[in-house]
Amino acid sequence: MTKSAENPVLDPFEAALGVSDVKGRSPWEDAWHRLLKNRAAVYSAFIMAFIILLVIFGPMLISWESDFTDWDYTSSRPSIESGHWFGTDAVGRDILVRTLEGGRISLLVGLVATIVSLVIGVGYGATAGYFGGAADRLMMRAVDIIYALPFMFIVVLLMVVFGRHIVLIFVAIGAFNWLDMARIVRGQTLSLKNTEFIEAARACGVGDWAIIRRHIIPNLLGVVMVYVTLTIPQVILVESFLSFLGLGVQEPMSSWGALVSDGAQDMESAPWTLIVPSVFLTVTLYCFNYIGDGLRDALDPKDRL
Amino acid sequence: MIQDSGMLKHSLQRLLGLIPTLLMLVTVAFFLIRVAPGGPFDSEKLLPPEVEANLSARYHLDEPVLQQYFRYVGQIAALDFGPSYHYKDWTVNELIAQSFPVSLTVGLSAMVLAFFVGTLLGIAAALRQNTRTDYSLMGFAMLGMSVPNFVIAPVLILLLAVYAGWLPAGGWDWSIAYMVLPVITLSLPAIAYIARLTRGSMIEVLNSNFIRTARAKGLPESTVIRRHALRPALLPVISFLGPATAAMISGSVVIERIFSIPGLGSYFVQGALNRDYTLVMGVVIFYGFLIIILNFLVDLVYAWLNPKIRYDEKR
Amino acid sequence: MAVLLGACGNDNQQIIGSRDREIRPVELVLTEDGRPDPSVLAEIQELNRDNGDEPQTLDPHRAEGMPSANILRDLFEGLTSGAPDGRIIPGAAIRWNISRDGKTYTFYLRRDALWSNGDPVTADDFVYGLRRSANPSTASNFAQALLPIENAAEVLSGALPTSELGVSAMDEFTLQIKMRDPTPYFLSLLNHPSTFPVHRSSVLEHGAAFSRPGNLVSNGAYVLSNWVIRSRIELVKNENYWDAENVILEKIHYYPFVDQGTALKQFRAGKLHWTSSVPSNQFKWLQKHYPGELVTSPWFASYFFGFNLQREPFIANPDLRLALALAIDRELITEKVTQFGELPSYNLVPPGIRDYVSPLPGWADWTQQERNDEARRLYAAAGYTEEDPLRFEIRYNVGENNKKLALAAASLWKQVLGAQATLVNEESKVFLRSREQKVLTQVFRAGWIGDYADAYTFLNLFRTGYGRNDYGYSNSLYDSLLDEIAAERIPSRRRRLMFEAERVLLADVPFIPVYTYVTKRMVDPRLAGWESNVMDHHYSKNMFFLKDASDVPAPVADEVSSTGVSAADETVPPENETGMPGPADTKDAADAVEEGEVTEEAKESAPGNVEDESPEKDGEAVPEERAE
Repeated sequence: MTKSAENPVLDPFEAALGVSDVKGRSPWEDAWHRLLKNRAAVYSAFIMAFIILLVIFGPMLISWESDFTDWDYTSSRPSIESGHWFGTDAVGRDILVRTLEGGRISLLVGLVATIVSLVIGVGYGATAGYFGGAADRLMMRAVDIIYALPFMFIVVLLMVVFGRHIVLIFVAIGAFNWLDMARIVRGQTLSLKNTEFIEAARACGVGDWAIIRRHIIPNLLGVVMVYVTLTIPQVILVESFLSFLGLGVQEPMSSWGALVSDGAQDMESAPWTLIVPSVFLTVTLYCFNYIGDGLRDALDPKDRL
Repeated sequence: MIQDSGMLKHSLQRLLGLIPTLLMLVTVAFFLIRVAPGGPFDSEKLLPPEVEANLSARYHLDEPVLQQYFRYVGQIAALDFGPSYHYKDWTVNELIAQSFPVSLTVGLSAMVLAFFVGTLLGIAAALRQNTRTDYSLMGFAMLGMSVPNFVIAPVLILLLAVYAGWLPAGGWDWSIAYMVLPVITLSLPAIAYIARLTRGSMIEVLNSNFIRTARAKGLPESTVIRRHALRPALLPVISFLGPATAAMISGSVVIERIFSIPGLGSYFVQGALNRDYTLVMGVVIFYGFLIIILNFLVDLVYAWLNPKIRYDEKR
Repeated sequence: MAVLLGACGNDNQQIIGSRDREIRPVELVLTEDGRPDPSVLAEIQELNRDNGDEPQTLDPHRAEGMPSANILRDLFEGLTSGAPDGRIIPGAAIRWNISRDGKTYTFYLRRDALWSNGDPVTADDFVYGLRRSANPSTASNFAQALLPIENAAEVLSGALPTSELGVSAMDEFTLQIKMRDPTPYFLSLLNHPSTFPVHRSSVLEHGAAFSRPGNLVSNGAYVLSNWVIRSRIELVKNENYWDAENVILEKIHYYPFVDQGTALKQFRAGKLHWTSSVPSNQFKWLQKHYPGELVTSPWFASYFFGFNLQREPFIANPDLRLALALAIDRELITEKVTQFGELPSYNLVPPGIRDYVSPLPGWADWTQQERNDEARRLYAAAGYTEEDPLRFEIRYNVGENNKKLALAAASLWKQVLGAQATLVNEESKVFLRSREQKVLTQVFRAGWIGDYADAYTFLNLFRTGYGRNDYGYSNSLYDSLLDEIAAERIPSRRRRLMFEAERVLLADVPFIPVYTYVTKRMVDPRLAGWESNVMDHHYSKNMFFLKDASDVPAPVADEVSSTGVSAADETVPPENETGMPGPADTKDAADAVEEGEVTEEAKESAPGNVEDESPEKDGEAVPEERAE
């Protein structure tokens, strides 16, 4: 796959280095323009920004606290009079405020797990790809082994062993998700490392680690950005499966996944407990996916031919 | 292109490489499951010490861990995964033999469905890139990636089983009726991934010089797509199929739970929660084996499909 | 989705389910011998019964958990058996004698009882069964049921050979069991699977595979005809059963629906007749749409929170413990949170068993306002203030109900006292370990399902050094009372001792009583012959299907029959405002137990059945968490 003679991934980097000095035609700018033309991605970005703001500041504007149990209104349907505009759950907690606070957790889970997998994946993949040979084979064999472990089994075990700490959920998911990243990055690195400018750097006596850090990794930026926007929704979804299995975040904290899985049990008797968090979850996942697709279309230079 | 003899040698090497990988897998899983607090026979009704000792002795859990490990490795060398600790009347081999066909049937059906629907959606969207059709097709496809299947499944059950009464709400038998809902639910996320992959690579292929040449020759668009664009566009889908198929035919705990299907997937989670050491080890090894074999098959298909080198030469 | 969900609220009759909502059974008519008249019986007598999970085994001696026990009670018959109302009645033994000191039981077996292959059921089969159950190499999970038998503990630990177990065959049909202690509830242990007989030659022939269909030879009303793991288990009527002519259901299908939502949907689709439970949170919805199908009834099981008495701040602080107990508004919790008619509880032993009425603490009669005031006073006296509140952890295991209870308790403590309880949720087996180690826990979820219909099964939990005494409770007076109870065989004296012991326990507040469980399930209204009972044991052999009234041209009898066996009796759920069953319900259950008198000898002993189960629900050892 990576044997193509030209190396298009190079272009953005050349641009950044100022190799390409024709003003107004820098590949990054091109990419930006292409992105702006993708209406789905642009709208998604706006909606996402709105959701993020809502999730951060919304709970402050609502008079209910997320762990307040309103005994007069348990499992009550949305109503203006009760003050619970979007209804309450089985112990009388306000659905809206819980959904917004749950959103913080879900987005945080997505982000942190993605960053963990990014750091491990890029570091590992770049190292394996750059050194090649025996080191590469050994490292990729390790990836194969981890790949062959069933994901859910590992995550469940980690939950069991380390308890329910939220940070551990991030790390556990991230620590497993880096495999794809490592493979992609390794592939890119393999093709990068024989290019002229890397050879030039090496000829100038730049050390291996410096080359990885300064030249290889920055060149992977495009791939990485696409990967990040597409991994966040995946992680949010994985967290929701854990919640479904009863292994999600610790009460009274919540997440969209946990709220949706609770709501799904009562979809006929208390539909609002499902609909409100589902809308947030689904819209967010759609947005991330559209943004990710948009980025890929925009950044993938082959598209430009 | 890889030579036939080289191919054979390569295949043999890959298959031999399976053994150390599996051994590593066994080791990792063996110790990992034992790190988890609690044992297979812990329950709310505490066992009297005599009873617990009897149980431990019966399953050799009273031996030092290393001895247990070597005993176990010796056992699996003879392909005997031992008795399940939780389902006491059955051996792990029997449990896998009973549940794998179920997961295989449901998983493969879902995969085939996902492949056809996904690629069709992806191609259709790619041909109308950035139009309303594109957005709505992809919007539909992405449903499976954006709504958790534990929401989709009960909705489908309510509509088709409870209200309409056409299908059973859950349970399992070897008949189409019991498979429809699980297969649809299971295929939705895969449809989404495949549709996106296909769309992306189709757009890329359609913009390549090679296709432009074909068009320039005056070939009708449908021929261009069928004869020339389809194969390269499906390459990323093929490499996705390996791990995805393995994941799907090894069962999904969510689907199995909601539809009450006796598949393999529940064993990964329930086995871990029950600390059913032998069962968990059995399914983990089995899964690892599946993954490795399927990746190998995918590589074969890939090598057969991949005309990349030819294109490069033409360029 | 919103459209769909909105729609279903409006027109229930059409959308709620494909099954005919108007299913009503015909009136039950009994013949002179008390059996249902054939004219009212439905043509097809096949029961689809949800079992909640896959049974761990169908080997009676290794069985554990409700799914196994339900099926095994249909397949096998112990020395005693259970009536629909839970009374202990003769099973394979037609009568028995208990010696004056209560330590020797002599059982006279039915001479007409046969195994499903036609072999006679003999005293030797029981001797073989009990010895096998106690044999260390069988590794029985529930061998503690045997512990009251002489030498059982020594045999279990391998110190004595199985032949030394205090069980012997006097002749072909007479069995003698010698006891270590007089155990008034022993008769109810004898319909527990771990005391069932097994067919010797088939066990020897098939070894571990003897419990497979085709191999399993059983002596109960049904035989195992098919077993597709995690899919269904099929039993057919055993034509060799001694009472086969009175067994009406021809076929039983047991389904292991782990997800109660799915079981409910399958029930609504008309494909299940009996569910193991129903999803929590849906009481109002179910009561509105399925009033004739939803059945709730008190269970011999308690939900409570335990204190770890070996960790601060609860060590030497009974007043603080009492403050937390007082601040829990049980009426509120049972009405708003658990919803299914659970009874608020102020003590340990649930009501509903014969021969015992629990003491109540003084504050049980107070209003919640008075309790809150006292709680605040005690809380302040313990030195906690608004600025410096009590902070502690409440630990619970995975489960919807546990989560809600912990949230409700933490919220009440915060609202009433200002105390800050942090929720800690643990995976079930980890949770059990934490409880057992008594290092991490402070307040934790606890609860108990009675093993047998006797208060002792609850009281023994708090014995010093008892394995499941996760509270670290130790009171020498209490322990000596327990010892006296174990050795006492005169019912009135034993009752007084148990009352006194529970009073001592309640005064020390080592736990916070919350509520008494209910069993809750959906049952097809045409299914009759069964009754709710506190032990929740239901034998398929007693059940039968009535004709659907709409299939019968004759004028439909629209209300409950007077025979008392009609399904309608049971299936009308309580209608009072709180959603709790009226006192009548509880009384019924208690009465049901009272009425039964088996034989002259049996009168002395506590009737009722054993609760065998450490019911493991989808692999979590969570007896209390039936409804999850």
